[in-house]
Amino acid sequence: MLREIKVLKSHGSQYVKDLRTQSVSELFRGLPVISENITHEEIVKAAGLCPVMAIDERKGSVDLGKCIFCRECAFALPDKIRFTNDYRLAVVRREDLIINPGACSPLRIDKAHVRKEIRRMFRGALKLRQISAAGDNSSETELAASGNVNFDIGRYGVEFVASPRHADGIVITGPISENMSEPLQICYDAIPEPKIIILAGSDAISGGIFEGTPALNRSFLKKYHIDLYVPGNPVHPLTFINGVLDLMGIK
Amino acid sequence: MKGIKSFEILKNPGLVPIADIPVLDYSEFRKQTSTLLVKESYHCVNYFTSHSGSYIDFYILVANDDSHKILVYSHRQPANIKSLESISKESFQLHIFEREIYEKSGILFEGHPWLKPVRYPHDRAVKELFIRDYPFYKIESEETHEVGVGPIHAGIIEPGHFRFLCYGEKVQHLEIQLGYQHRGVEDVFLKKTGLLQRSVLSECIAGDTAVGHSLAFTQAAEALAGVAINQRLSAERIIALELERMAVHVGDTAALCGDVAYQVGQVTCEALRTMIINTTQDWCGNRFGKGIIRPGGTNYPLRNETADLILDRLKEISRRFVEVTDLIYNDSGVLARFENTGPVSRIQAHLAGAVGMAARTSGIQRDIRKTHPFQAYSALEYKPALLESGDVLARAMLRRIEFELSYSVINKLVAELKEMPRNIDIAPDYSLKFKERMLCVSLVEGWRGEICHTAITDADGKIVLYKIKDPSLHNWHVLALAVREQEISDFPVCNKSFNLSYCGFDL
Repeated sequence: MLREIKVLKSHGSQYVKDLRTQSVSELFRGLPVISENITHEEIVKAAGLCPVMAIDERKGSVDLGKCIFCRECAFALPDKIRFTNDYRLAVVRREDLIINPGACSPLRIDKAHVRKEIRRMFRGALKLRQISAAGDNSSETELAASGNVNFDIGRYGVEFVASPRHADGIVITGPISENMSEPLQICYDAIPEPKIIILAGSDAISGGIFEGTPALNRSFLKKYHIDLYVPGNPVHPLTFINGVLDLMGIK
Repeated sequence: MKGIKSFEILKNPGLVPIADIPVLDYSEFRKQTSTLLVKESYHCVNYFTSHSGSYIDFYILVANDDSHKILVYSHRQPANIKSLESISKESFQLHIFEREIYEKSGILFEGHPWLKPVRYPHDRAVKELFIRDYPFYKIESEETHEVGVGPIHAGIIEPGHFRFLCYGEKVQHLEIQLGYQHRGVEDVFLKKTGLLQRSVLSECIAGDTAVGHSLAFTQAAEALAGVAINQRLSAERIIALELERMAVHVGDTAALCGDVAYQVGQVTCEALRTMIINTTQDWCGNRFGKGIIRPGGTNYPLRNETADLILDRLKEISRRFVEVTDLIYNDSGVLARFENTGPVSRIQAHLAGAVGMAARTSGIQRDIRKTHPFQAYSALEYKPALLESGDVLARAMLRRIEFELSYSVINKLVAELKEMPRNIDIAPDYSLKFKERMLCVSLVEGWRGEICHTAITDADGKIVLYKIKDPSLHNWHVLALAVREQEISDFPVCNKSFNLSYCGFDL
């Protein structure tokens, strides 16, 4: 008993007090800022070295749905491209993930673009079923961490559940392999309507480094509306949590 | 050993010119291999095929833990070969490699005790075989039943299917069927030829082993290019590798406590894991260490201030982890669940080809840091932990012991770093050119066990084959053995005590 008390005393108070304003390391690779003065030559250089072709060769924009946050473009052009430590990266429209040169406003979710029934039905309690569809286990671990003693997304009534029958939506990680395409469909079909789909991580949003390889089957994504895109490699718990809270309209 | 025909690679990573690899006829190859593998100090780290038009080369790499060398030899068959006699019936540890070759090329291994599909890769020999039709072993009886779990599991973990054959609550047999996570990683390695692309790809083989796998790739690339890296960078890489190990070991301790409803242990270790990975994030901006390991240099040199920060944090983390694990491993409720649960005997571990933690908890001292030291381990004389009971308790306690060993390695290396002159920062080099007609083997002791990357280059120095082996390739079968005659309700702790990779196996 005494030993337990000692451990709890050492453990202290672990929960992050405000998940909306918690700061992360300066080095965290969050929202990029591209200088409006980036030259055409520099854009071509950055686009050429990007391992996932996330940089548009003509416009110099970075697609956060493809970006794996390796930061090589910023190392090559430190005066023109910079990754801030802003972790609020989640959006509801795919096109909002394209960051253009000169863009300097943070990414936010406009409630006009969110399906009305989502907020009406799930704002008080959102149960999610996670499906790893060939994810590499880093985003999965971070999603699990979002419910841990530090982040505790459960305080907002958001939880991951064991059965799709108990769920209000799915969170997909991974580029979606051919071998997972049928289990993914079966699991999604087992969720009662209305239901939401969240894509977490660059692999899920665009295929990441696996984009175009023959072992994948991403046809599932063509069939349904995607409700939330959460970039990252892996997704940081704070990115996921803030994205879900913004989707629900929870302050 | 007298009469062994092989090329001995002396270093890790190491190279051998393809032309210098002895080609044995198949019966000689079989006899030599099964003789070598009888001894515990020899184990096969890779066995795979390389197709060249009219013939197929079968390369085998056998590690000798006593001499610290890697033996390489081969046999060659015509491209239209239909079958070979299996070596697995004498040396079961080869079972998974023969199954892999069968699945990809259609070559039947006659007499193989368990010639089942491995991962249903997109380039499998028989396209009409689908993962939903996997041929499970069955029992016909009114007194037994089957329990199927997965591919999608209750928790937030990767998919895989577990088929239990049960007599009441007791598991008679577990068959593990994987393949759901197959992304074609080895193919992507060949198609995406930029070194930066390959670096980020190597970090994604198993995202929870980003440092381990990217280090295996980076070492291989540097060996193939004949590039030597300085002592300081080598030490930094091992600090990153050991930080990864410590973080996962603490996280695994949390998960094991969670499975036996010991909440104090679970939440304390969850918080400690966060502290470790946030420290990694303070070094490189990523909680999993993605970005630290690059060929020829680094974007995140370890400055003295950051090294001090790491030591500072680890001091407190270590104090708390020792305190809570003292509590956990003295709790009778926890011990009742862990002790004698899921035991694996030394003989079982040897026959199945166990590596890493699964081997070291069943009395087999397999640890690349000692047997084939790489990077800064060459000067460290690492002494691996070794336990013998082979049960969940041993595998759980090994995490605590290895945590302390890793902490002392990091302490030692940081002290050494401070004595070294501050080098000019060397940025990564993505323009490395590889030597022609070489086979390169690179071994790293990741936190699960030995990772093996093997590359073959052609006459232009282009990589034409990249074979990746995650330790999980061997160890999933060890888990299947561990749950025999166990209560099915103990499966979750058994599974978590191994914590194997699905995506690392499926590639």
